[in-house]
Amino acid sequence: MQKRIYGVETEYGIIFTPDGRKTLPVEKAIRFLFEKLITTEHFLNVFLENGARFYQDTGCHPEYATPECASPRDLVIYDRAGERILEELQLYAEEKIREERVSGKLSIFKNNTDFVGNSYGCHENYLVDRDVDFYYLAEQLIPFLVTRQIFTGAGKVFQTQDGIHYCISQRAQHIYQKISGTTTNDRSIINTRDEPHADREKYRRLHVIVGDSNMSEYTNFVKIATCALVLQMIEDNFINRDFTLRHPVKAIKDISYDTTCKRKLRLENGREYSPLEIQREYCEMAKKYVEQAAVSDQLRQGLTEWDHILNCLEEDPDKLDRKIDWIIKRKLLEKYIAQRNLSWHDPRVFMIDLQYHDIRRDRGFFHLLERKGAVDRMFTDAEIEKAKTEPPQDTRARMRGDFIKLARQNNIQYDLDWSNIRLGNLLNVRVICNNPFETDTEKVTELVRTIQRTNLRRTSLSKLVIQS
Amino acid sequence: MRIPKHADDNLTAWWGAATDQKQKQRSDGGSGDSSSSDSEAGTKKLAKRGEELKDEMDSLIDEIDEALEENAEEFVKNYVQRGGE
Repeated sequence: MQKRIYGVETEYGIIFTPDGRKTLPVEKAIRFLFEKLITTEHFLNVFLENGARFYQDTGCHPEYATPECASPRDLVIYDRAGERILEELQLYAEEKIREERVSGKLSIFKNNTDFVGNSYGCHENYLVDRDVDFYYLAEQLIPFLVTRQIFTGAGKVFQTQDGIHYCISQRAQHIYQKISGTTTNDRSIINTRDEPHADREKYRRLHVIVGDSNMSEYTNFVKIATCALVLQMIEDNFINRDFTLRHPVKAIKDISYDTTCKRKLRLENGREYSPLEIQREYCEMAKKYVEQAAVSDQLRQGLTEWDHILNCLEEDPDKLDRKIDWIIKRKLLEKYIAQRNLSWHDPRVFMIDLQYHDIRRDRGFFHLLERKGAVDRMFTDAEIEKAKTEPPQDTRARMRGDFIKLARQNNIQYDLDWSNIRLGNLLNVRVICNNPFETDTEKVTELVRTIQRTNLRRTSLSKLVIQS
Repeated sequence: MRIPKHADDNLTAWWGAATDQKQKQRSDGGSGDSSSSDSEAGTKKLAKRGEELKDEMDSLIDEIDEALEENAEEFVKNYVQRGGE
C-alpha cells in the first residue's frame, strides 16, 4: 500500500505521591484528568477536537490514541500533541487536587515500565490490505521488529541479580510470544487483534505492540517510517532474504542487553547475524526497492536516516546522542554520574531514568535537553500546538474533529467511535464512514445544518443513517 | 509552570554528535597540534572555550538537581503501575 493509515496508542504511567498522611487514589487522579473534557460521551472515554481518542485503559493508565494519520510525520506530531494535551489536563488535575486539600505531587510518564516488572504499552497500527496473507506478513516483519530496537529503544536501567544493566529497550523484557491475541498476558511482538475501523473486506489492522514509547521526535519518526517501508516491501513481495530467527523472543531480550548491537544471533537456517547486520540487510534491500517502486518522500527520508543511523551504530553509537532515545538517556546518565561521582546503584540514577519520561516540560529531563538544544528536533512547537486542536486534513479524522467542534458550538448530543458519528437527543442519527481516507467534511456540515433546521431537540427523527 | 520560550543552543558544544566534527577540531587543537603560529592567543581562546564548556555542563547538572525528585529512593520504590493494555 502506498497510501496508508497510521495510528499510535500510548499508555502513560501515572502516580500520586502524597506529601503527608492524606493521599489520593490514582483512580481519582485520573477522574480529575478527564473532568476538563466536557462532553456528552461516556466519561473516561472521549474523542478530542483533533480527532484523537483519550481514555482510561486497563490498569488505570491514561491512554491517548492519535487520530488516523496519513504519514509518519503527522503521526509523530499528533503523538506529541497528545503529550501536551495530557500535560494541560495534568495542570488542571493538580489544581483540583489542591482544592481537595490533598498535598502531594502528580506525575505522568511516557515510558513503558515500572521498577517491579509491570509494563504498559505503545502500540503502533498500520492499515494493511486484506489480500496480503497476514501470517506471511507477520513472519517477514518479525526479524525486523526484533532487531530495530537498536535505534528505536527508549533505554532502561535494570537491576538484576548479577548487577545493574543499561538496556536498550524498555519493553523487550516483557515480550513472551511472537504472535498472539492478547495484550495483557503473554505479550507478543505482533498482536492479532484485527479491528481495522474500516471496511473489513478491504483492510485489516497490523497491531505492533513490541515498541517502546519515544520521547525523541527523531527516534519516533524513524521507528514509524522504517517499519512502513519494510511493510511496503513485504506487501510488494520484494523481500528475498530469510532472516527468520531461531528464538525471536529470546533474541529480543538478548539484543536489549547488548549495547554494542553487534553480538550474533542464530537464524533458523543456522547462520549467524548481529542485529546491526540484519538491519543493514533490510536497509540495503530498501535502497534497491526505492529505486524501482513508488515510495513516498517521507519514507525515502526515513531510509536516508536509517542508513545514517546504521553507519553511526557501526562506528560509535554515541554519535547518535542527539537523535536516539536510549543513547541520549545513557549519555545524560553518564554525565550526571561522572559529575556527581555516583555509582550506577544510586537511586538518583533510577530516578533520572524515570524522569527522562516526565511529560511536564518543567520537570522532564528529555524536555530539559530539548530546551538546551542538546537533542535534534524534526518539528516545530507551532506544528505540535496546532495538532492539539486541528485534525489531520487528509484522513477521516478531519470529519470527526470538525464535527466535534460544530456539535459543541451547537450543544448537540453526540456519541462517537472511529467509524461512526451518532447524534440527536436519542442518538438516533448516524453517520457511518468506513473509509479512513475519506475527508469530505461537507457531509458533516450539511448534516448539522439539517439538524439545526429541524430542531432536533424537539423532533424525534426517525432513524436516519447516512452512509459514507 | 515555567518554560523558556527559546531553546538555549549553547549546550550543543559539549553534548552533541551533530557538532561532533567541530568539537573534535577544537579539542584536537587543544591537545597536540597547536602549531607555533597559533601561539598564545589560540591557547587562551581554547582555555576560555574549555571553561565555557565546563560552565554549560555544570549548569545542566545543576538544573537536573533542581528538578530531580527529592526523595528519589522512595519515589522509585513506590512507582508501581498495574500492567497495561
